[in-house]
Amino acid sequence: MLENTNVKTLDKVVVRFSGDSGDGMQLAGNIFTNVSAGLGNQVSTFPDYPAEIRAPQGSLGGVSGFQVSVGTGVHTPGDNCDVLLAMNAAALKTNCKFLKPGGVVIIDSDSFKEADLKKALYTTDDPIKELGINAQVVEVPVTTITKAALADSGLDNKSMLKCRNIFALGLVCWLFDRPLEAALHILKNKFAKKPAIFEANAKVLQAGYDYGHNIHASVNTYRIESPEPKPGVYTDINGNTATAWGLIMASEKCGRPLFLGSYPITPATDILHELAKRKDLGVKACQMEDEIAGVCSAIGASFAGDLAVTSTSGPGLALKSEGIGLAVMAELPLVVIDVQRGGPSTGLPTKTEQTDLMQALYGRNGESPVAVVAPASPTDCFDMAFEACRIAVEHTTPVILLSDAFIGNGASAWRIPTADEYPAIKTPDIPVDMLADGSWKPYKRTDNLGRYWPMSGTDGAQHRLGGLEKDVVSGAISTDGANHEKMVELRREKIARIANDIPALEVMGNPDSDTLLVGWGGTYGHLRTAAEELCRQGKPVAFAQFRYINPLPANTGEVLARYKKIIVAELNTGMFADYLQCRYPDAHILRINKVQGQPFSVSEVVERTEKLMED
Amino acid sequence: MEENKTFAPADYKSDQAVRWCPGCGDHAILNTLHKAMAELGIPPHRTAVISGIGCSSRLPYYMNTFGFHTIHGRAAAVATGYKVANPEMTVWQISGDGDGLAIGGNHFIHAVRRNVDINIVLFNNKIYGLTKGQYSPTSDRGFVSKSSPYGTVEDPFIPAELVFGARGNFFARSIDVELATSQAVLAAAARHKGTSVVEILQNCVIFNNGIHNAITDREIRADRTILLEHGKKMIFGKDKNRGLVCDGFLLKAVTIGEDGYTLDDVLVHDAHTPSNFLHQQLAMMDGLGDLPLALGVIRDVAAPTYDEGVSQQVEDVRARKGFTSLHDMILAGETWTVE
Repeated sequence: MLENTNVKTLDKVVVRFSGDSGDGMQLAGNIFTNVSAGLGNQVSTFPDYPAEIRAPQGSLGGVSGFQVSVGTGVHTPGDNCDVLLAMNAAALKTNCKFLKPGGVVIIDSDSFKEADLKKALYTTDDPIKELGINAQVVEVPVTTITKAALADSGLDNKSMLKCRNIFALGLVCWLFDRPLEAALHILKNKFAKKPAIFEANAKVLQAGYDYGHNIHASVNTYRIESPEPKPGVYTDINGNTATAWGLIMASEKCGRPLFLGSYPITPATDILHELAKRKDLGVKACQMEDEIAGVCSAIGASFAGDLAVTSTSGPGLALKSEGIGLAVMAELPLVVIDVQRGGPSTGLPTKTEQTDLMQALYGRNGESPVAVVAPASPTDCFDMAFEACRIAVEHTTPVILLSDAFIGNGASAWRIPTADEYPAIKTPDIPVDMLADGSWKPYKRTDNLGRYWPMSGTDGAQHRLGGLEKDVVSGAISTDGANHEKMVELRREKIARIANDIPALEVMGNPDSDTLLVGWGGTYGHLRTAAEELCRQGKPVAFAQFRYINPLPANTGEVLARYKKIIVAELNTGMFADYLQCRYPDAHILRINKVQGQPFSVSEVVERTEKLMED
Repeated sequence: MEENKTFAPADYKSDQAVRWCPGCGDHAILNTLHKAMAELGIPPHRTAVISGIGCSSRLPYYMNTFGFHTIHGRAAAVATGYKVANPEMTVWQISGDGDGLAIGGNHFIHAVRRNVDINIVLFNNKIYGLTKGQYSPTSDRGFVSKSSPYGTVEDPFIPAELVFGARGNFFARSIDVELATSQAVLAAAARHKGTSVVEILQNCVIFNNGIHNAITDREIRADRTILLEHGKKMIFGKDKNRGLVCDGFLLKAVTIGEDGYTLDDVLVHDAHTPSNFLHQQLAMMDGLGDLPLALGVIRDVAAPTYDEGVSQQVEDVRARKGFTSLHDMILAGETWTVE
């Protein structure tokens, strides 16, 4: 059951620059403000100088801050910041209280050495933990890179260090897509009489911008919120963490250890990070040598009896396709997580898109059906990761989970569930009597057409699997044509029958209207908000969110048949619309598409839906 | 209990008819593997055999163990995940020179580097047999095949050199027809903890018949090869009168009793010495010139294994943090309560 959510495009963001009073935070902040104002943003700033004019460097008393709010509807510098830049350990300590939960902290890791921590009166060597910071922390060796960028400048060490603030400015400009030309213009005027200093600053400005580009730094400018939170204990969570935790919950619920085989790729890497940390819960997270080894190690772990997962983004999914085909053939449980980004090829690694749908459904050789599910929001990532595992295990099949950069990085308040809110996952163990009397065969079917899933090491359960076609019962290699067709049909039917094991499609908004707005995956927040907006405006529209893509919920045809117009809104050129249309040829399907690497905005969905309703 | 049970080679055989060509070297390797497994006494249900694609990779079907015939080149990655998931199993990986060193080259070197406890048996016949006769990454320069009708213009890998390059800790070599040596090195590979690589020179009777003859021909084999055994003198030859000695940084084959060389000058094989310098020299001898091709266990050095490392780390971190469940772990972080 999806909770009601509102998605808010943050119409303003608050950035706080903080550092030693000699670090030039006011200058960096001012330039960012002016650049933003030049782009038509409203701005409001708040310089926060230290009380002591000449406090010792690196001490708590010497921290200087500059906070700016930019965007629309800006009337104040903001109470709390979305992005905190801390140039040293003291700045982080005095300023972290201004950071919103789930925000981004950028620190100069070169200024967090033992001596720095001591000066700022830390008691442990882990400042992030000590301060209880719940945020995305981006550690950047600002000093090192600044000096490296200026190695050939002829400047002395002190002059080079003075440019650190401009490096940080470059990085912040990358985060918020601010063109560097305007910043350069300001710097040029400021250092009109010191061309060497201008050149140095121009160089590090670019270096900071490039660094952000190179590490795929990103900041989420959306927030998904529930208007009526249920009582309970809450935490702030982003979609990638929720995905990781959902997998762990599934592992607890099926009694099999969780194995992750993965390879770093933006924007999915945080799942690997989180699961690597969760060795404290028994997770075996393995960073493999490539994407292929990621999926293949997971397949090996599944054959051994672990709940096995591989995580990636679009290009990685392409590399994994042969492996997924093997899991289809061997009929092993496997969860493949694709945090979609802009494509094709390397595309737009930090931007969001829903363009991997066809790849997930069909991107393999042969008749190769897999289950596909798609979480709707950051918190739904938890539920759908759980569901992906449940389906994979109970139906012995690969399942692809289509998340995306928007919900993967997007954060939301999340009521922490207890384990009893989730069903037990029943592993298809070989019945003891079947093993004893020899009637078990590797491709003997369970009631839902799955296979049994023997644990490696079980005496009497030795068997051979492989990518070659197998005899429908015995599992011996078979090249017989009729047998192959039977197996193709069985594999197809096995996936189709999952429809009996998933919730029905729910209709939200105004179910009695003529128009059904349809979405899938991470656009849920925007589309639901838009549907409600339309209903409020007296233009009733129904809304349906598909979280189960293959198979579709059993009542899909019946729901679609109730509406004169079905508007499928998605961040691609119409993949889900095509998919629905070919399954339900009588449905009158219209489309809203966007492929800009950006989520929908609520207003554009409202506008375009209205237009399609009127046409 | 199973610990006391003994097993015969037949206990490791499946009921599947073996489909390799008559005369193929794979038959002999399969038989020696069955024998080595019986010698080891690890029950069939505690054994897994994982392969990629190619003639040799059909082998798991002929085993009464857990078996997985995976996809081209990826067996090492599948075996790695398998072993980490279930460290109790003895895991074998069967690959050919194409599967293991061409399409699977990346997984091969990384498995060796990680030192995951699997036994890689590399059937080297210097040809692609299943696709009917293309040159492989171990084919010699100039080799004529269907895909190199004018001869190859590239140099081959020497499998041992890749293993040492990837900092491997176990390398052994045999020839398909050397049954006793094959059995001995396969058993030694299984006893070694960590990635073991066993190269077996295999004859493809159809597409590359006789490729190893210059070394393996019955008439000359004793002079062209040397069987290395840990702690024993490096002696070879029909008359057991040839030996290996140090010549500066290099090895030299001498005749004992000639040119002033005595038995005392002949090197003693130390497979357990951590330095791989001499091991590499030994493994690189090709048997075509003066130096014989080395068979037997060339290097066998203990080192921490990947699968144990993962298990140990999981155990340590669990004990240190003491979380009993996901819920427990989440509640230990930042939370707030909505009434």
